[in-house]
Amino acid sequence: MAAADFLVQSTVYLAAAVICVPIAKRIGLGSVLGYLIAGMLIGPFVFGFLGEEGEDLMHFAEFGVVIMLFIIGLELEPEKLWRLRKKILGVGMSQVLITAAVIFGVTLALGLVWQTALTVALALSLSSTAIVLQTLSEKNLMDTEGGRNSFSVLLFQDIAVIPILAILPLLAFRSVSSEEGSNTVLEGLPLGLQTVAVLGAVALIVLAGRYLIVPGLRVIARARIRELFTAAALLIVVSIALLMQSVGLSPALGTFLGGVILANSEYRHELESDLDPIKGLLLGLFFIAVGATIDFALIAENLVLVTILTASLMAVKFLILFSIGRFFNLLIGQNFLFAFALAQAGEFAFVIFSFAAQLGIASDQVLGLGISVVALSMTVTPLLFIVNERMIQPRLCDGIPEEEQEPDEVEERNKVIIAGFGHFGSTVGRFLRANGVEATFIDNDPDRVNLLRKLGFKVYFGDATRADFLLAAGAQDAEIFISAIDDPERNYGIVESLQKFFPHIQIMMRANNRYDAYEFVDMGVKNIYRESLDTSIRLGVDVLRKLGGTAYTSTRAGQQFLKRDEEAMWELAGHRHDEKAYISEARARIELQEELLEKDMEDKAREQDHAWDSEPLVRGFGAGE
Amino acid sequence: MRRVLILFAHPRLENSRVNRRLIDRIPQAANFTFHDLYENYPDFNIDIEREKSLLIDHEIVVWHHPFYWYSCPPLLKQWIDMVLEYGWAYGTGGEMLKGKMIFNAITTGGNLDAYCPEGYNCYSIPDFIKPFEQTARLCHMEYLPPFAVMGTHKMNSAQMDHAAEEYERVLEMVGTNGFELKDVADLSFLNQLLAR
Repeated sequence: MAAADFLVQSTVYLAAAVICVPIAKRIGLGSVLGYLIAGMLIGPFVFGFLGEEGEDLMHFAEFGVVIMLFIIGLELEPEKLWRLRKKILGVGMSQVLITAAVIFGVTLALGLVWQTALTVALALSLSSTAIVLQTLSEKNLMDTEGGRNSFSVLLFQDIAVIPILAILPLLAFRSVSSEEGSNTVLEGLPLGLQTVAVLGAVALIVLAGRYLIVPGLRVIARARIRELFTAAALLIVVSIALLMQSVGLSPALGTFLGGVILANSEYRHELESDLDPIKGLLLGLFFIAVGATIDFALIAENLVLVTILTASLMAVKFLILFSIGRFFNLLIGQNFLFAFALAQAGEFAFVIFSFAAQLGIASDQVLGLGISVVALSMTVTPLLFIVNERMIQPRLCDGIPEEEQEPDEVEERNKVIIAGFGHFGSTVGRFLRANGVEATFIDNDPDRVNLLRKLGFKVYFGDATRADFLLAAGAQDAEIFISAIDDPERNYGIVESLQKFFPHIQIMMRANNRYDAYEFVDMGVKNIYRESLDTSIRLGVDVLRKLGGTAYTSTRAGQQFLKRDEEAMWELAGHRHDEKAYISEARARIELQEELLEKDMEDKAREQDHAWDSEPLVRGFGAGE
Repeated sequence: MRRVLILFAHPRLENSRVNRRLIDRIPQAANFTFHDLYENYPDFNIDIEREKSLLIDHEIVVWHHPFYWYSCPPLLKQWIDMVLEYGWAYGTGGEMLKGKMIFNAITTGGNLDAYCPEGYNCYSIPDFIKPFEQTARLCHMEYLPPFAVMGTHKMNSAQMDHAAEEYERVLEMVGTNGFELKDVADLSFLNQLLAR
């Protein structure tokens, strides 16, 4: 790729992402759909910035999935993974087998030869790890029962894809040279040795994780060069992926394992946060590529067929998932999440289809149709999440009688939600907790979230300005929402979301300063707490005492000042709009400050502290006697 | 030697003329503890355990305060409400203060004439001070007659200095076994000790 070409392409991708994703997020569609739309727009069928290289791009960007699984592994300690084993095998295997069997039957009935039918069935039985996990974590649903089951199924599919790719050549009508299939170094070795090599590779990851990677990271961390740590993190992921590929295992699976091994290490968060942006970008690129591969021309030609195929594929997968969920005793709400989440076909289908086309199992027509259906089903998935969240879940919450509730899963709803667990929020939270009030916390700092979870707080990681997220955090049932975030812009967003979607909630707002507070007054917030106010006055009170003032009079002066200042805030907030338009913000602030000082002087003249003043008594009684 | 705890309550000491002189004359000896409630608890958040241990460490307690509205300033009432706990100071098992002596040291704007049936306050200081007396009795303490500086509204500096000196002398007598309980039982004011 020439340098100029690279710049042009990068500009196109980045611009598309930067334009589409915020819009999609803003209108509540989520980032995945934003990337997909961006991909469609720049793809060959709309603006045509991106040509056929879409598929190459997809293979490159698939590495994002590998990193994502590493990060997911980091969050999953080995004991937790062990506890998931039944789900992975039970739920996962039944999903793949049943779905594949049903689709196989249907495609046979539609008249495909059995080899093609089997390939199509296996390809379509798998779901999209990238889309599902990204969406689940964006919506903070990974820790729900539905999320965990989805994850287990995806993990099983990751394992299942290996034998699937292995049996495809056996279905081939014509033989294919081996390097076109999987090119591993083990090709040609006897099966027993291959197995040993595979097990050896896994053991190598486990041992290296314990005895090589962690000590190595310790050395690197001591160098205190941040990008070096990022490089080390990438090196871990890439080398594991390479090792896995060379023994014919899925790189994603291998890095997942590596992540799990490192989940107990002290570098877990650092690795996570260093890789996170890279993962995000690559996944974004991957979604763009998926969007770009949607062949609108082909879809337009076969509009009815593609629509019917996609709809029925998703319906079939949905029904099977839903039945499995029922069989495994998922609560109805979680079951809907589970079934909607996994109802699409995934990126593995692209791989299987292209491999099958090389092997001659699938005709070009089947390939084209298949890829369109897969891409379309992936695109629809974020929309299904939204349907589930907005239309299905709200109805379920109310009407459902308490059925087989597992006690762990009951999400107890707190009356108080606190956004932001910095110094401000944590103090409020600790105070409330000390007084028996449990609050739900929202924070967008993963480390903090993790710490809080360990301490037994109920924390959600995410963006408190988003209504869907607020819903997930229980805003529907909360009475008080405390915003302890220091970024005014985000606070404005929170207030807007709350007022629009949860008007019942009382907002208690942290304001940085007076000007910030004025904005909240304008927005109709009733409870505003300027972080700079009480502390400054407390300091001032102590100064008065150190200069010889009595404690009680100083304290009363502070209380009085606080009260006056609060009153002035409300008064001046309304006032400032009467004034002529200010030339500049700075000028406006100076005038407000002047006004404030004048007011202080007036107040001082008016309300001398006459309490316990005996002068008038002396005069009054003196005259009387 | 008796250990004396002066629990002082004045919400606006900087404006006071008499009380500042009085507290200036409190003996510096080690057996006297001056404890300014408004200075220690401007937020009214009284440290109950600390107050209890102060009480335990002393044999004589003085409630020293200006006489506002025929009573004490609110923080001293808060102190009584919070520190004199049931089961500790009174009630079942509440005998921690048993045998201690306690009295009020007060300043009043009106003079003695104002505090009598013919005066504008109608009742005498010992009448008004009954709630304190009964509080002490319920806590098994010996309640002594009050020390009072009266007519502060019309005092000149010399008179105020004189009052402060009297306070010092009374406290010294109290702190040094200068009298027996029976000596003071029939007095209206502790001030009268000095006349003997």
